[in-house]
Amino acid sequence: MKTENQRGWLFVLPVLILVAFNALIPLMTVVNYSVQETFGNNQFFWAGLRWFEEILRSERFHAALGRQLLFTFTILIIEVPLGVAIALAMPRRGFWVPVCLVLMALPMLIPWNVVGSMWNIFTLPQIGLLGYFLNDVLGINYDMTQQPVSAWITVIVMDVWHWTSLVVLLAYAGLVSIPEAYYQAAKIDGASNWSVFRYIQLPKMKRVLTIAILLRFMDSFNIYTEPFTLTGGGPGNSTTLLSIDLVKIALGQFDLGPAAAMSLIYFAITLAVSWLFYTLMTRDDQ
Amino acid sequence: MAEIGLKNLRHSYLPSPAGPDDFALKEINLSWDDGGAYALLGPSGCGKTTLLNIISGLLTPSEGHILFDGQDVTALPPDKRNIAQVFQFPVIYDTMTVYDNLAFPLRNRGVAADRVDARVSEIAAMLELDDSLTTRAANLTPDAKQKISMGRGLVRDDVNVIMFDEPLTVIDPELKWKLRSKLKELHQKIAVTMIYVTHDQTEALTFADQVVVMQDGEIVQIGSPVELFERPQHTFVGHFIGSPGMNILPCEVTGDGAWFHGCHVPLEGPVKGTGQRTEIGVRPEFVRLADGGIPGLVRKAADIGRHTVVEVMVGDTPVGAIVDGPAPERGAEVHLTFDPHQTRLYTDGWIATERAAP
Amino acid sequence: MKPRSLVPLIYILFLMLPIYWLVAMSFKTTNEILGGFSLFPQEWTLANYRAIFTDPTWYWGYINSILYVSINTVISLAAALPAAYAFSRYRFLGDKHLFFWLLTNRMAPAAVFALPFFQLYSAVGLFDTHLAVALAHCLFNIPLAVWILEGFMSGVPKELDETAYVDGYSFPRFFATIFIPTIKAGVGVAAFFCFMFSWVELLLAKTLTAVEAKPIAATMTRTASSAGYELGLLAAAGVLTIIPGAIVIYFVRNYIAKGFALGRV
Repeated sequence: MKTENQRGWLFVLPVLILVAFNALIPLMTVVNYSVQETFGNNQFFWAGLRWFEEILRSERFHAALGRQLLFTFTILIIEVPLGVAIALAMPRRGFWVPVCLVLMALPMLIPWNVVGSMWNIFTLPQIGLLGYFLNDVLGINYDMTQQPVSAWITVIVMDVWHWTSLVVLLAYAGLVSIPEAYYQAAKIDGASNWSVFRYIQLPKMKRVLTIAILLRFMDSFNIYTEPFTLTGGGPGNSTTLLSIDLVKIALGQFDLGPAAAMSLIYFAITLAVSWLFYTLMTRDDQ
Repeated sequence: MAEIGLKNLRHSYLPSPAGPDDFALKEINLSWDDGGAYALLGPSGCGKTTLLNIISGLLTPSEGHILFDGQDVTALPPDKRNIAQVFQFPVIYDTMTVYDNLAFPLRNRGVAADRVDARVSEIAAMLELDDSLTTRAANLTPDAKQKISMGRGLVRDDVNVIMFDEPLTVIDPELKWKLRSKLKELHQKIAVTMIYVTHDQTEALTFADQVVVMQDGEIVQIGSPVELFERPQHTFVGHFIGSPGMNILPCEVTGDGAWFHGCHVPLEGPVKGTGQRTEIGVRPEFVRLADGGIPGLVRKAADIGRHTVVEVMVGDTPVGAIVDGPAPERGAEVHLTFDPHQTRLYTDGWIATERAAP
Repeated sequence: MKPRSLVPLIYILFLMLPIYWLVAMSFKTTNEILGGFSLFPQEWTLANYRAIFTDPTWYWGYINSILYVSINTVISLAAALPAAYAFSRYRFLGDKHLFFWLLTNRMAPAAVFALPFFQLYSAVGLFDTHLAVALAHCLFNIPLAVWILEGFMSGVPKELDETAYVDGYSFPRFFATIFIPTIKAGVGVAAFFCFMFSWVELLLAKTLTAVEAKPIAATMTRTASSAGYELGLLAAAGVLTIIPGAIVIYFVRNYIAKGFALGRV
């Protein structure tokens, strides 16, 4: 049992100060901008909730949000089952386990813009390995700087390449924690492979998969650097995800008010979805 | 239900075992009657769990055969052997209800729903789980979970043998005896062959009709609890069973008997065979403090309730004795006598006296 | 070999392909890259690497990145260790809410904070310093470190603390000489994740720096846009950014999977 001790506050104080400094002050700045209007000469006027209304009604925001949701949904649908499948196929012990884990974790340790550049180089027609292979060997017309569909597929494959390993690592951690006796009991009970997965492995992985899905949701919803380096949001606006659009508005056009309002709406959506998902997944745990 | 036979069974975890030391199980031969209650007893690492897993089919032995009712099942997978196993830590399917857990082995075998229902109700009633059939199994106490693991084996009416691998390890002490007597009761009710693996002699001796004592991958003795206690075939059994264990006293053997520190010790019967190492084995229960006999000094005395355990130093050899009545003081000079009918000679660890005709 | 071990094998092959291509490009001359397709470098050259190691704007990029990543890892751990201890051992007013509020900061899109961060760190005079980036990265690294460490600490029985107090240890001495060594695997895992997320982040690092503390990743993006198609150079710089991560991951290879599994949501 934990003891009641207000000394806890003393211990969390450094964390509190550091995080509050980084989170609360910028958040207040954003809130402040979101209710004002500026013409660039450091003069601000009260704008009320106008920006929020404008953003929520704007076609551009709807389009960006739509693309964002499509992107996040697609990568979750691919990465989670794929990651689980790979984790299931991994050896449980032996020399190859650390080798596999190190190689699999490697993409996650590459700076995000390098990931973008790497995929850019990889997919260039004529020059890139993939671009060359698709165009000149398979004869598929592929150029992600010109074709929105190619650009979409590339962005998604890149994310699958970059982050599926996170799901693999988490699912694998869940799998190796299952005691051997469970598999033995299932064998004796005559359970099929599917039943072993459905009634032993999946329930035991539920907690780590919740973490995996949450992290992948948050990070893919906030993704900026990799797709921006790869496609710059194009061709046209086809791969302009929420963050890319936000930075365009805030830094490109210097529309601080709308950008701030959009930030807050964006943050609120992330929070709401994460909370909803977390509550649903942990609902029947005591 | 079945009679179980093990023939020339050997097992090694190494791919190409060289000497006998590479074998976790060394040459096991035995046969168990249908409907008996057996215990495999031995210290950790003696191979008892290996043997259990070979019988259940989770392991394939390196050599030898397993027979169920005379039929060779060595090549059959666990689910084809119709056995049940209860593990050290409760294995239950967390997301299922108690009912679904119990029904699981039947449904996997495609048994009709009404038949499943009948069997589950019957077994649940027997295990006193009928009140919690609709609760999620994850929310139960460890002893209830162990009952479910047992029940998953019992629901199959064709079950050959139920095996228990140290099933009481995670159970609270006060619930241990309850579950143990439940087991015993179940065994009497359904008379299925049960094999119980444990390193706890109390559990083994109270549960089983026949106890198999193992050491270093070998069977040392098979016998009823009384036989194991009264006439251990090997000093290991004498030492391992009983609390405190048997006194094993180095001695010299000449033509006219055994000599311990210069005193002649009468044995239960004539000695057959000779060996390098000769020892007298006598349980503390059969050592008496007397006016004459082997002289020694009392080193310590511990009151264990109705009796007192006295440790006497004879030369530099400690000898335990269980005495009724007042215990002697520490440092007191005493004399010991051994009950000749319960005093045996062991050569190289194995018993070497023959019981005299009554 | 069992057929199912092909699955991880194919996956790893898929992971390695773009990395291989980056490495191959880094050893090619610009002429060869633009001249046409070649699976292996025809004419091995170290010119791209030589260019990086002789140009201070390039190699300072690496030094800057390593500096702020290290500072961030130290600050994050130093702050998170006592906090994680408090969350795992004590009940105090608002503890649960605080824990969840901390975690929500991992959800904040960096893009949302880029501009306010620029203004905040300019206002306190830290703009274009290593400390600025290190502090900014605390926003997402501290919550993560607290979360991972709390998981590991909760796995240590409370009796350890009590025994130490009975033996006359003061709290700081107990914490430093007994408790931290006990959870050193957890500290390693937390340090690894702090390193990783600080190393790979670019948006904030780029926003908060101009010249003095400019990270390697930012140098790369500027090169990519200004010098046109210097793909070989870009590839070589990219390869060099993978190396620190690869070294760090080698040291914690046996703990990576465990780190997340023990954390509590």
